[in-house]
Amino acid sequence: MHALLKLLEADPRATPASLAKQLNRPEEEVSSLLKELEEKRVILGYAVIVDNDKADRETVQAAIEVKITPERDGGFDRIANRIARYPEVTSCYLMSGGYDLLVIIHGKTMKEVAMFVSEKLATVGGVLSTATHFMLKPYKERGVLLVNEGTQERLSITP
Amino acid sequence: MSTSPKVIPFESSVPKPGTPRDFIADHVHAIPRSGIRDFFEIVQSMGDVISLGIGEPDFVTPWRIREAAIYSLERGKTGYTSNLGLLKLRKEIASYVKRHYHVEYDGPTEVMVTIGVSEAIDLALRAILNPGDEVIYHEPCYVSYSPSIALAHGKAVPVATRAEDGFRLLARDIAAKITPRTKALLLNFPCNPTGAAMSRADLEPIAALCREHDLLVLTDEIYSELTYDQRPHTSIASLPGMRERTIFFHGFSKAFAMTGFRIGYACAPVALTEAMMKIHQYGILCAPITSQEAALEALRHGHDDMVSMRDQYCARRNFLVAGLNAAGLPCRTPEGAFYLFPDITGTGLTAHEFAVRLLQEEKVAVVPGTAFGESGTGHVRCSYATALDQIEIASERIGNFVRRLKKG
Repeated sequence: MHALLKLLEADPRATPASLAKQLNRPEEEVSSLLKELEEKRVILGYAVIVDNDKADRETVQAAIEVKITPERDGGFDRIANRIARYPEVTSCYLMSGGYDLLVIIHGKTMKEVAMFVSEKLATVGGVLSTATHFMLKPYKERGVLLVNEGTQERLSITP
Repeated sequence: MSTSPKVIPFESSVPKPGTPRDFIADHVHAIPRSGIRDFFEIVQSMGDVISLGIGEPDFVTPWRIREAAIYSLERGKTGYTSNLGLLKLRKEIASYVKRHYHVEYDGPTEVMVTIGVSEAIDLALRAILNPGDEVIYHEPCYVSYSPSIALAHGKAVPVATRAEDGFRLLARDIAAKITPRTKALLLNFPCNPTGAAMSRADLEPIAALCREHDLLVLTDEIYSELTYDQRPHTSIASLPGMRERTIFFHGFSKAFAMTGFRIGYACAPVALTEAMMKIHQYGILCAPITSQEAALEALRHGHDDMVSMRDQYCARRNFLVAGLNAAGLPCRTPEGAFYLFPDITGTGLTAHEFAVRLLQEEKVAVVPGTAFGESGTGHVRCSYATALDQIEIASERIGNFVRRLKKG
């Protein structure tokens, strides 16, 4: 399973036929394992990583530090899930340290993000405070550098 | 076209009156032109080729290693080092070799940092050979062994390895070539170009033979980290009674994708290290300090980067083995390195014809097996140190090519 996940993380578009060859396993076995991993939600999804600047898309991202009051039943989970369900929220993590939740928010404009924080996020019951940090420029997205690494110029035949 | 290496004809160095003097030494004249170089020129003349002919990693050197090199420059580390190399690097090498190969060398006196394994092997041969001494090596093999032996005034004695033995070297084949002049045995496992590896059980009878005939072993283990399927790598230096009669060569080019840094090393008992040092100190002085600093970082913190590259090579190996076998080119799954060595005799072509026509008709470059010695006949070397999407296309094209050939 781990070998399969590693290959998919490197290339989510790899077909079951190609994965089967790389793993030296029958294709049916790989297909059924994939299906099982998806059904059990071990594999949560397959994502595309976009350079929004190059795609000419107006987007704004912000990281929000959120302090909340844990509840007697369920601790942070109920409030965290409540926040995470908003489509504006792209990631949401329980954190150690000076605040409780790190919430990453996507919007078209700063105003849109600011409105979401003040009108939705901050008003969720149990939220004590928020601190919003707008992201100015990405350098690396989910393991991928924004600048081209450059390709290794290799001789076409070497011993 | 002939598949045998072309020996440039030469005349006696005493010039005939009126003819320009030939300044080239006889033993240099006698070195045949590299079969790889011929083929390289054909490939260079064509554009848009997918090359499975490259014997170096397609990965850029891991960032932490490049960054260490940059940092060393920023700190002004631009001078000579000790002839043997930075002491901290030699100590780190000794500890790495002990950890992974189970042989103990004294970092300060038994480890020498060189310009890649190539320099180290050249030094060793020049340090040990008297003119006419014989060195046994296995073929098909890396292209430099036979010429390096000849340039050190030794006699290169090849032993063929065979596909049916998984290209492993057999003690009985070595025994048949031993003469009173035999001085050393040169090994390279995992092997370029076959990908074959030798287990402890495979090495034991060879070690016994070397002890019996008092031979020195030169072991080039440059591909040893790239051994797949959790297979343990055994160094012949770790077998009983072998440390004192072995020079162990290793480097950073393959495992850490550092070919351009040109950095390797030799580990050997003091007397042998000292003898190699005599040549190294006058010829080279020391390996470049920037590369030595980078190598130190590779040993200290490069393990995970190496494992990640190794996993990718392994997946590509599996993919290409399946592809070539499906294409009708029988191909074993090699244990290590990053080469496949499929059998192409079923196509009715020689290795050279196969490689040239595959290049012309499908724009895929592979290297004829005969470039690695006569026993490479009937095979081609396919390197999988290339991105998987390229391997995928290449394997499809090879399939088309072979199907066309077989149809007639």
